[in-house]
Amino acid sequence: MLRYVGQRLLLMIPTLVAISVIIFVIIQLPPGNYLESYIAELQAQGESVDPQKIAFLRKEYGLDKPLIEQYLYWVWGMLHGDFGYSFEFNLPVTKVIGDRMLLTIGVSFATIVFTWAVAFPIGIYSATHQYSWGDYGLSLLGFLGIAVPNFMLALVMMYLANVLFGTSIGGLMSPEYIGKPWTFAKAMSVLEHSWIPVIVIGTSGTAGMVRKLRANLLDELQKQYVVTARAKGLPPGKVLFKYPLRMALNFFISDIGSILPHIISGTEITAVVLSLPTAGPMLLNALKSQDMYLAGSFLMFLAFMIVVGVLVSDLALAVLDPRIRLQGGVAR
Amino acid sequence: MITADTASAPRELEHFVSTAPFDPTSAARLTPEQERFYLASQWMLMWWKFKRHRVALVSAVILLLMYASTLVTEVLAPYNLHTRHTDFIYAPPQSVHWIHDGRLIGPFVYELKKTLNMENLRRDYTEETSRPHPLRFFCSGDPYEFWGLVEMSFHVACPGEGATLFLLGTDRLGRDVLSRILYGARISLTIGLIGIAISITLGLVIGGMAGYFGGWVDLLVQRIIEIIRSFPELPLWMALSAVLPVNWSPILIYFGITAILAMLEWTGLARAVRSKLLALREEDYCTAARLMGARPTRIIGRHLLPGFTSHLIASATLSIPGMILGETALSFLGIGLRPPITSWGVLLNEAQNINVVALYPWLMLPVVPVIVVILAFNFFGDGLRDAADPYR
Repeated sequence: MLRYVGQRLLLMIPTLVAISVIIFVIIQLPPGNYLESYIAELQAQGESVDPQKIAFLRKEYGLDKPLIEQYLYWVWGMLHGDFGYSFEFNLPVTKVIGDRMLLTIGVSFATIVFTWAVAFPIGIYSATHQYSWGDYGLSLLGFLGIAVPNFMLALVMMYLANVLFGTSIGGLMSPEYIGKPWTFAKAMSVLEHSWIPVIVIGTSGTAGMVRKLRANLLDELQKQYVVTARAKGLPPGKVLFKYPLRMALNFFISDIGSILPHIISGTEITAVVLSLPTAGPMLLNALKSQDMYLAGSFLMFLAFMIVVGVLVSDLALAVLDPRIRLQGGVAR
Repeated sequence: MITADTASAPRELEHFVSTAPFDPTSAARLTPEQERFYLASQWMLMWWKFKRHRVALVSAVILLLMYASTLVTEVLAPYNLHTRHTDFIYAPPQSVHWIHDGRLIGPFVYELKKTLNMENLRRDYTEETSRPHPLRFFCSGDPYEFWGLVEMSFHVACPGEGATLFLLGTDRLGRDVLSRILYGARISLTIGLIGIAISITLGLVIGGMAGYFGGWVDLLVQRIIEIIRSFPELPLWMALSAVLPVNWSPILIYFGITAILAMLEWTGLARAVRSKLLALREEDYCTAARLMGARPTRIIGRHLLPGFTSHLIASATLSIPGMILGETALSFLGIGLRPPITSWGVLLNEAQNINVVALYPWLMLPVVPVIVVILAFNFFGDGLRDAADPYR
């Protein structure tokens, strides 16, 4: 087991290196950089730009160095917890994104829990009641969940929540609590606001998971050991929960790796619509204004989250299913 | 036992030769029905199996109709993409009536009358029910350039003289939403097709190499796919489309966005191709071809590909909706396609804030074709996948 953990951890390193290279290339691709557009903006406003100041800024941000050096500088900084400097906010990136990252993790985690909690019973019901009206209805609902774009669902839910429950529009808490210390009332306000993003982000993932769980469970239910168990006179509930469900559970854990990127994508776009204080809206702005370190660190962080999420799900799977440990290697 | 009087007859039967042609199936002859079934080609069997999947069949017809409509959008749409009616800004959907004053006079609309509500400064539209304006069919209306080439003004349906026909309302510039949805279909629907063409090519070449050569090529490709898959799709799409130069022409942006969408989607197809190839290359007929000296391209193209074309088509169909949704999401955020190119996502960009939901809900209607197309592709793909292996 230790060996397997070690292998998986070592394998993460080249993956992360490759990801950081790709991200660096992407954020370097647009012509010009933030400094240039900043200077152009100053000149457009009629302010004089001191060439010495420009040279100083250029040097300070390492923009005069060759690209490889800039990349190494960026990665080296990240390894030391220094994520670079946000040009737009005039603050270290860590200061700008710290809270937002925590909230992104929080919302994503809540969404995964929601996905599991909803997909599990529905999947079991659909599989055990195949071709019943309930199964058809739930399947149709699931398909709708896949087909309706997240952002539209977010808009409509926000509107409904406002009309039906009087929840204030947008954000993750009522406006009067922003910037205040944490109190019980503030926590309640966050809870009141957070169910919308969780449901909106969770729908498509949940729908996909229900369909996969249903298919997996149906496969298992047709196997001979189930017939044997039933023939021996085991009560139906026990037949279901003792064996086939445990087999289907494996997939539940391993599928996290594939739904996590979707959940994080969903978080981003939903966050823009609902103006949640998570990574999404800020990443969009950073990309638009070429605030490269901010954008790069956001992307790096999101990719890191996914890599870690996949690692955790792989390890959990290895704990649950000894066959994967024996194979060694990578199980994905 | 031979009796005495048969002694004169020949002891043995004469050598008999039948003149009828040899027919090995004479013992167990197939009925024409069976023959039709057993001798049907693979594609025929797939079609029969697919036909049994009712929902998939209906979806296929819907998709076919939608794609066909993009060929004659100009004729179907009552107005042009950019025709502005400055007198009818944010007009709600007009309804088509049949009976006026207890008399049936066919489909007609009433004229819209605008009043400015001075309390909330909203434009209120009421129907002027005194005079019906019958719709005209196969008529001449807004002039347009068919496919940008031929000048025409033929429409399937036009509003009556002096009246308007906003079946789905108008937007903030007084443009007809229905016409814009019809025009948007052109972009939104083709982006999926072009995108999937790029990803199939990439997936086939890369997945094919990985599956056929195995070894380190396979390992490398697997790693690359894994890395691409560990990116969150949307943020990466966002980053890549921010890279597209602002001064590109709309058509270049369109292809750029399509390429970006395809760049992340090919991984799934490559995986499917790889796993199928890994299984198929161990088959005897493949070894035989190799022993006869066929080159890898020939073996892959001639012997292996036909074995899983159907599966490939099915999984390609299932990945089109993702691309359409991706484009919609990017354009919605304002970093995908930009006006004057009009896709469903660009239209939804107008419905970005809560005011629209509350005041002008008809601006959200472009989401309906998005949902229909996504559902149709999903069902169609499911049906194809079930039919892909007709021998099972």
